[in-house]
Amino acid sequence: MAQEVTSAAQNPPAPASLERASNRPVFVPPSDIYETRDNIVVLAEMPGVGPDGVDITLERRVLTIRGRSSAVERAGYQRVHSEYAHGDYERVFTLSENIDRDRIEATLRDGVLHLVLPKAETARPKRIELRTS
Amino acid sequence: MALSEFPRLGFDPFLELRRMQSEMNRLFSGYGFAAARDFPPINISLGENRVLVSAELPGVTSGEVTLNLQDDVMTLEGKREPKAQENANWQRRERAYGSFSRTVQLPFRVDAEKVQARFHNGILEVELERRESDRPKKIEIRAA
Repeated sequence: MAQEVTSAAQNPPAPASLERASNRPVFVPPSDIYETRDNIVVLAEMPGVGPDGVDITLERRVLTIRGRSSAVERAGYQRVHSEYAHGDYERVFTLSENIDRDRIEATLRDGVLHLVLPKAETARPKRIELRTS
Repeated sequence: MALSEFPRLGFDPFLELRRMQSEMNRLFSGYGFAAARDFPPINISLGENRVLVSAELPGVTSGEVTLNLQDDVMTLEGKREPKAQENANWQRRERAYGSFSRTVQLPFRVDAEKVQARFHNGILEVELERRESDRPKKIEIRAA
């Protein structure tokens, strides 16, 4: 239901084909997306990003998540072994359902962004009663 | 690449290939190091008689991690459980769950009493100090 934007026709060019102004690496945050009856929940891993470094936009059905890492190199230390780098996070999803944008909740806990997107009233399944004549 | 080399065919056989290529580029853009990496990824920095071990552990709380220290070997263990509700219909599962364990050999023996560990925005930082008895000693040379 929530798929990643892939077709080039409806999007600006893919970020990979453009050069960035800053030379910080930009990562694709690993994400979990699940759907309940009322909500679509997005969990995105962005270690190093503080609450003031998150930028979320929803335009029509295109959800953009951006995170700016606030982690800094500690003074007085020299890196001797490296398996991860500090950088920024960026990801775009197309949601298939209409979202009630006034009730979107976003929290950032332990480097994981929790995004609760309530489905709009029209998108929710409706039970249709059968009248007996 | 806007123009196709196959205008007479009415379709571009490479369009799908190019689309796949850009999808692949996107998939691997986040992996600057190794494709299959150990969890959690660890950085080690050296200071003067100090070592800083940091690990990316998003979604893990301090109660879910145990740190063990023996001489110069540090082990980091824990478990990450999915916190989803029931009746959830999964669209995408990319985050890894389950037990993890990493063992790091430090460049020197550390003082177990002087270890500082803290979590900050999903990054665990462990600061360890070199044992007093293990530090290099400076020897004065006297002129005869």
